[in-house]
Amino acid sequence: MADDDRVFKALADPTRRFLLDLLFAREGRTLTELESEVEMTRFGVMKHLRVLEEAGLVITRRAGREKLHFLNPVPIQLIHDRWIDKYTERQASALAELKAELEEQT
Amino acid sequence: MTNATQTAQTVQVYRVYIKATPEAIWDAITKPEWTHKYGYGVYSDFDLRPGGAYRGIANEEMKAQGAPEVAVDGEVIEADPPRRLVQTWRLLMDPTLAAEGFTRLTYDIEAREGGVSVLTVTHDLTNAPSTAALTAGQMESQGAGGGWSWVLSELKTLLETGKPFRS
Repeated sequence: MADDDRVFKALADPTRRFLLDLLFAREGRTLTELESEVEMTRFGVMKHLRVLEEAGLVITRRAGREKLHFLNPVPIQLIHDRWIDKYTERQASALAELKAELEEQT
Repeated sequence: MTNATQTAQTVQVYRVYIKATPEAIWDAITKPEWTHKYGYGVYSDFDLRPGGAYRGIANEEMKAQGAPEVAVDGEVIEADPPRRLVQTWRLLMDPTLAAEGFTRLTYDIEAREGGVSVLTVTHDLTNAPSTAALTAGQMESQGAGGGWSWVLSELKTLLETGKPFRS
């Protein structure tokens, strides 16, 4: 599978996106911490984390006896750079800002 | 509750696969003729031995925006070319960032199959929340660039295509 395919496949699941959101909010979490936020077995969370790791979106690091999980945004940045050039970026981010503002008002 | 017990480490980890040799990646990180061609485009000046000085010299574009001559400074902790570089790193772009002091930055480079190398950047940003926001790309709308993921994406493109982002 090509790298991009792995990233899209990894992102095509709400639980995996939620796990990435958790790591975005606070980096360096253990499996136990992540598991406590998701209604799923430890084994299920491990499986999702493995898919994210294979896509390069999650990186693990040992800290003493613990294995900590970190979000790696670089593969998403590469996809972004591949399809959104410097010219369209400004328009896309203006639209994203407008959407955020409108949604905040509701 | 106060935040007096706030001792948790803040670490960011970034990883990118690049079709290049570890030596080429090492040069792109440590040599000014490479570092000014991607990302923020500082001219990096390294004394590559433990205790040696590191200075990131601002380019013309940065100076035009009010950056000081030395935009980043630090000290080399470990230099093992072309595998591992550990250094301290402090942004001097504005007083808030400078006041957060030195952070610890590690580059690990590993050769993989098929002429591909993997570069991992581990940035310990404990007690440096503004610097951490900048390196995470959260201050891009304020003109502070896209942080590490943007820098590494440009580095990958530069090494794989030879196309510089700045001449």
